Order: sequence, then C-alpha cells, then structure tokens
Amino acid sequence: MTDYQELEALARKGRWLAISTVAGSGAGHVGGPFSAMDIMVALYFRVMKIRPEEPKWPERDRFILSKGHSSIGQYAVMALRGFLPIEELKTFDKGGSRLQGHPDVTRLPGLETSTGSLGQGLSVGLGIALGARMRGQKLHTFVMIGDGELQEGMIWEALHVAPRYKLGNLTAILDWNGLQQFGWVLAVNEQHRGDRRDPWSGIDLRGVFEKLGWRCLEINGHDFLQIIPALESAKASGDSDQPTMIIAHTIKGKGVHFTEGKHEWHSKVATKEELKIVAEELGIVEAGV
Amino acid sequence: MKALRDVFGDTLVSLGSTNPNVVVLDADLANSTKADKFAKMYPGRFLQMGIAEQNFVGVAVGLASLGYVPWLSTFTVFFTHRALDPIRMLVAQTHANVKIGAAYAGLLTGLTGKTHHDVQDIAIMRAMPDMTVVAPADAIEGEVIIRWATEYEGPVYVRLARDASPNVFDEQYRFVPGKTISLKEGSDVLLISTGPQSVRCLQAAELLHGQGISAGVLHVPSIKPVNKEEIVSAAEKAKVVVTVEEHTIYGGLGGLVAEILSEASPRRVIRFGIEDRWGESAPNEYLLDLFQLSPARLGERVKQVVQDTK
Repeated sequence: MTDYQELEALARKGRWLAISTVAGSGAGHVGGPFSAMDIMVALYFRVMKIRPEEPKWPERDRFILSKGHSSIGQYAVMALRGFLPIEELKTFDKGGSRLQGHPDVTRLPGLETSTGSLGQGLSVGLGIALGARMRGQKLHTFVMIGDGELQEGMIWEALHVAPRYKLGNLTAILDWNGLQQFGWVLAVNEQHRGDRRDPWSGIDLRGVFEKLGWRCLEINGHDFLQIIPALESAKASGDSDQPTMIIAHTIKGKGVHFTEGKHEWHSKVATKEELKIVAEELGIVEAGV
Repeated sequence: MKALRDVFGDTLVSLGSTNPNVVVLDADLANSTKADKFAKMYPGRFLQMGIAEQNFVGVAVGLASLGYVPWLSTFTVFFTHRALDPIRMLVAQTHANVKIGAAYAGLLTGLTGKTHHDVQDIAIMRAMPDMTVVAPADAIEGEVIIRWATEYEGPVYVRLARDASPNVFDEQYRFVPGKTISLKEGSDVLLISTGPQSVRCLQAAELLHGQGISAGVLHVPSIKPVNKEEIVSAAEKAKVVVTVEEHTIYGGLGGLVAEILSEASPRRVIRFGIEDRWGESAPNEYLLDLFQLSPARLGERVKQVVQDTK
C-alpha cells in the first residue's frame, strides 16, 4: 500500500466509527463529519506535530474544529490516533461522557477550545497564532470552518484581523460542502424552500479571501494527493507574513453512496440495514452488523 | 478621587511592568477606556483588534490558552450585548483566564445616550456559570480589584464606571471575593448597593442623618460570588431593606438580594434602580436625578420609605 492508501483506509474507518457511533447514540451528525473526514485524517496522521500520550504538550500544533457539530468525526479520528480508546466512542452524547455533542475542552484533553455555536473557532486560532508569534513558539494552528458557518459575522471579523497581524502560522481550512441544514429560498417571494443549492455558489470566495490578505490554496478535500501537499505547504509557510486559507471542495456525506450530497444526512441516524450497506461500502469487515 | 477609567489604564500599566504575560486587547476605544496608557508603555503587548468585539473575545481565549493574561477593553454594552455568545461559550464555558474590563458601565457614559448605556449587564453576567462579577465603588477599590482579577485564574467581569467617585476606601482595603462591606451602620433602613452607586448611597445616608434618619449602607462589590450569610445577617438587623443600583431593577443586585432573602429570611425588599425604560443623552447629574439615583433624590425616596414603614 502506498502512504495515501493507508490514509484512505483510516478515513474509511473514521467514517464508519462516526456513523455507527451516531447510530448507537440515537442522535448526531453524519454529513459534516464525512465531508471533513479526509482532511482531519491528514492533519492528525501526517501533518500535525502532536503527542497523543501528552495532549497538552506545549509545542504541539493546534487544531480547532470550528464547525463543532462535526465533533463525532473529530472524536473518531482522535480515537484512531490514540487520544482516547475507540471503545469510548460508545459514550458519545451520553450523560457524563467526555465526548459531548459539541467539543468540550473542559472534558476531553486534546481539544483546544469548545465549539458548537458557529463562527467562533477561527478567532481562538487567531489568538493562539498571535500568542505563539509573540513568544517565538514554532507551532502551527489549523482551524476548520464550514461554508455554512461562514455566514456568521464573527468569522469575517477574524478573516479581517488575521492578515493584519501577518500570521503565517495560522491556517484556515474551508470545508466547502455546499449544503447546510435547512437551506435558502431561491428568491424573494418564493413560497417553496428552494433547491438547497450552495449558498456561496457564484461567489468568488477565493478572490474575497485573497483581497483580505489570505494566501489561498484550492483543493479537492477528498483527494490526499491534494490535501497533504496543501496542508504541508501551509505549515511550511509558518514564518511567512500571510495566513493560509485552504479552500477544500468537499461533498457532504462523502464516502457512502446514499449519504453523499444529501442534506437529509446533515443530522440523521442510520438504520441497521443502512449500516450494513455502509460497512460494505467502506470495507469494514469486522463491523459485526 | 480619580476616574475609574484612569484607574484602569494606570493599573494595567503597573501590572504590565511586573507581569510579562499581561496583554491588553482593544476594540478601538483605547483613548476612551484609557487602555491607551498601556499601549504607550507596552506597544508590543497592546493588541488592537479593531471594531469587532466578538472576534476579540475569541482571540483573548486563544492567548489565554498559551498562558497570557489578556485584558479585554471596550465599553460594557459591547461585551454583554454584542459579544455575549463568545463570552458564554468560549470564555465562561471553558473557564478561560480572560479578564473583561467593562468600561463605561451603567448610565454615566459621557453623553452617549441609551445606545451606549448598559443597565442590564449585571443581570446578564451573573446568570452565567463560571463568571466572577465585580463592581468597584471608587478608585482604590478599582485598583485592588483589577490587581486581584489579574492574579485570579479564570474569567472575571469587572464593571467599571467611566468617571470618578469620592474615595470611600483607604490604602488598607483588601478585596475578598463574595465579601460585603458595611460602609455605614444605621438603624432605620439598610441600603444595599454596588459600584459607585454605593458612594451615592453613603452620601444620601449622610443627608438623611441630618434629618434624623439613621440609614445603613452595605456595599456589595462582589456580585458573584456573594456571601449570602452576610446579606441575610445585615437584612435581619434592618427595619427595612432597600437595594439601589445604577442598573435595571430586574435581575441585578435587587434581584440578587430578593432571591437570597426570599429563601433564607423572607421580608420586604424595595428595589431602586432603572424601572424598565431606556435612558437618554444627558449630563450625569441630570440622569441621576431622572432615575432618582442622585444622593438628594435617593434621600427623598428613602425618607418616604422610612416614614411609610413606621
């Protein structure tokens, strides 16, 4: 197996852990964790300097999942990487669990802040990057934001401020999956809900980010041949005077044919029959379903 | 007697010289809040974040995670009304070591009017788990509290009036979280207050003294935590309890005292403050009279309460 095939296998396992955990808990998100999965696998298994056995290691690279409702995807990757036992995923969303519905830094070592109310993670990442620069600490901060949460004004405050401080040690990753929970109407006075088309379609986000001062890389967020070089390039430019924005084109629900591109799978519990198909498609043999 | 905003700026400068981890984040009001004094002395640790208060709260959380002690500085209203959600989720829920320097609290905001008045902040902030909420009365207490908050590990909301009050404390003053302070003993009525309004209560009590009325004043600098037993004990010694605050009468200090007493020692609590209406642009004296919070107007109201109670 080549290196990236190994990552692909991990991503399939991560997707399986996410959707089966949500099924076990009876609630949770699937579409967002699936669109973000490949990038998170790349970060945790190849790009970030981290120590799972020492989650608070001061020199670690930082990752913040600003779109906190995709938490189960992050927990699955962290479990695969050794931050927590895979068995513990079963406690997701249950009372007393370290694995809250949205990431809770006070419960799970390895998280950098709490997220869930959208649009806030990039600001914390900006603060970490700024503080690291002031101290001369060589660590890189990655923040994944969603295209849905990009509608939150607070993100734009951070998008404006980060280039002013020339934070090359900050990388934002836009998980541009084009779907959000309920969607927009097409036009004024339309009575139906619309076709749930990508709310940013037709908007030159790359141009906007670049004009604000971000160095932009645009990738297919499911192709490790593009993901790894982009993340490594961002990290390598840590001493530069520009933060990096990786615009990752992704598919919500990526990885299983009936969840891909389906807004219904934003937050949905798979049935036993569906889980069988999922296991088959993801090549999970020891699933026991 | 020194304006609390000058106390804020000067104390930060002093802290900056002894604690290299102290940083100050501004939302483009440093020359109003007097955080500009810190900017002048320590430009490398003064972080201009622009007119964008939600982001600057998040940035402070990131800085705090690296061991910095960030002081956020802007007007009160932009914290509790504009940036409340990041304060809730990023600061309070994570117990981040972030200090909120809430300037221009209350009504006396330098002719800015109702858009800049914040008379709901105590109600909002004291409802938030993990948050410490404090409101100093004068320059001496202000400096002590700012120093205390810097040493304390966790989020602190410091309600700072813009202007000066006559000093009621001396250099021996020590802040103890939760502790209340009797500024004056009195047998006819007990006024319970916070922030600079405590000083105006003391002035009203002095006016009442000349009219044969003995009013006590209990200052509550620490809204949260608060020592409930001290409130109960003081109330039980009083003939009648009146809370007075430069804040809405809903859910602030009056609410706090009423909650405590209704459970532990039920009795009548009269709440003076802003009664469910907005303010307007006007000089301090005008606004204090309008809302019956000036020593003279407050004295008249308290006198009426005492007469009605007899």
